[in-house]
Amino acid sequence: MNGKRQPALSVDDLTVAYHSKPAIWDIDLEVPEGVLMGIVGPNGAGKSTLIKAVLNLIPRAAGTVAFYGRPYEQARSLVGYVPQRGSVDWDFPTSALDVVMMGLYGKLGWFRRPGRKERELAMNALDQVGLADFSDRQISQLSGGQQQRTFLARALVQDARIYFMDEPFAAVDAVTERAIVDILRELERRGKTVLVVHHDLQTVEEYFDWLTLLNVEVIATGLTAAVFTPENLQKTYGGRISYLKGAGD
Amino acid sequence: MDSRRVWLTVAVMALLGLMFIPASQLLLGIRYTYTVRVVALGGAVLGMIGAVLGCFAVLRRESLMGDVLSHAALPGVALAFLLAGRELGLLLIGAGLSSWLALRFISSALHTTRIKPDAAMGIALAAWFAAGIALLTYIQAIPEASQAGLDNFIFGQAAAIIESDVILVSAVGLVVLMALLLFWKEFKLVTFDAAFASANGFRVGLINTLLSTLIVTAIVLGLQLAGVILMVGILTAPAVAARQWTHKLDQMIMLAAVFGAFSGGAGAVISALDSDMPTGPMIIVVAFALVMISLAVAPGRGLMWRGWRGRKNRRRFAQQNALPAAAVKKLERKLEDQ
Repeated sequence: MNGKRQPALSVDDLTVAYHSKPAIWDIDLEVPEGVLMGIVGPNGAGKSTLIKAVLNLIPRAAGTVAFYGRPYEQARSLVGYVPQRGSVDWDFPTSALDVVMMGLYGKLGWFRRPGRKERELAMNALDQVGLADFSDRQISQLSGGQQQRTFLARALVQDARIYFMDEPFAAVDAVTERAIVDILRELERRGKTVLVVHHDLQTVEEYFDWLTLLNVEVIATGLTAAVFTPENLQKTYGGRISYLKGAGD
Repeated sequence: MDSRRVWLTVAVMALLGLMFIPASQLLLGIRYTYTVRVVALGGAVLGMIGAVLGCFAVLRRESLMGDVLSHAALPGVALAFLLAGRELGLLLIGAGLSSWLALRFISSALHTTRIKPDAAMGIALAAWFAAGIALLTYIQAIPEASQAGLDNFIFGQAAAIIESDVILVSAVGLVVLMALLLFWKEFKLVTFDAAFASANGFRVGLINTLLSTLIVTAIVLGLQLAGVILMVGILTAPAVAARQWTHKLDQMIMLAAVFGAFSGGAGAVISALDSDMPTGPMIIVVAFALVMISLAVAPGRGLMWRGWRGRKNRRRFAQQNALPAAAVKKLERKLEDQ
């Protein structure tokens, strides 16, 4: 439009309140297409809330959200989602392959069952995350890192244009973290837009080219190099971040 | 390997079900008259439907919700009787509406107040059940109504099941199972990960409502058999037993169906021995035995299996870590010398 590229995600005046306290307040955000963006902030800053509100999983008190200029209802097939690993019961009677196939249920629509084609796509996705040998494993018998990668495979199989990932690095070992980063890079290389809720400030500059600092409100958003400054971190984390002084140098 | 084990269990249960007939003839002296056959069939069908829907209740951690909904059916039964007389179809519709109201009450209490789920369920259970008992007491006082046998709905009475009842519940049960097959993928996804389902464009609210309606229907159908107080046992016990044997949802449901049919049929037949014996407790005794056996011996998850595994592992570790006996002797001698 007007020669300028449509942003992958634009959020205007988004506010969410649990009871009387706002969890996120007056969020304005524009995410250009093709970036790998970290969403970083202290506990209780509303990082997960932001993702859930954007995806219409929780009611918004105010604000609008558009994906590629369209409302969510018309853009669902473009959106992939990786919830927090702890949000589901891993003792559910199902296999890793089955969980990955769930990523294709939305495309199948009502009544239709997944078939051989869906199995193949799911196997490919498992292969991409290095779990091809675990496809028949019951999901409770996977390690935490393997469970996280199963979730990632389920998102990959959705073949979305924009991905939302809620703490994919939470409680995984170093090997899994590397594997996940590789997958994120690959997605970025293929022109996908990826938003990742992240905790570890030490790795922010290494992992993300785009960054949003959040603490109920958006403190700063843009290129990581411009946003990840001591002043902005101070503003985001208050006094609790003194040991990280100079992180942006 | 997993699926072979499940089929084996299904076959064993079917065989047990068949052997139950001659065994009960010999040991309990039950004669399979027309009435007993009807009761056995009714019990098996109702046990199966309850167990199948119960799998979803258990996996959604809504077992106690099932308990609330079955208790909450009682005032509906009583009111339907007062308004329309003893007509099973109408009694069950009354039961369903009453449970449904309790469900709405709980969910609106959770959405509009800060009452926690367990407290909301506790309040609803007590209030609806109290209303039911009050209405039943009132009905008992009406001379011509006291013979209606409504109190059979409290603990269940399979002996009261007649052929037309079996046809009615089988027809409704068939519709319920068809709906389950039709929405299989949706129910599975929403039960495992509702947020992901919602983000994928599934109408989670609608699917949840549909599934709850099916669970309420299964509960209402089973009331005659198990009664409002023990219905929760038919929902949960076969599902819990089945879960021990498999890691796949479809297999779990198939096994639960077999367990439920066996418990329901056997419980109904045993209770038919004595016209005063309520059916619910008999069914639960059988179902609980299946749970205990499954918990004890199921491969992979069973307690015996795990105990055996644990002992084997301990022995292996002990062998790997233990110093050779000779080295221990030498060390001891050294210590004594000092």
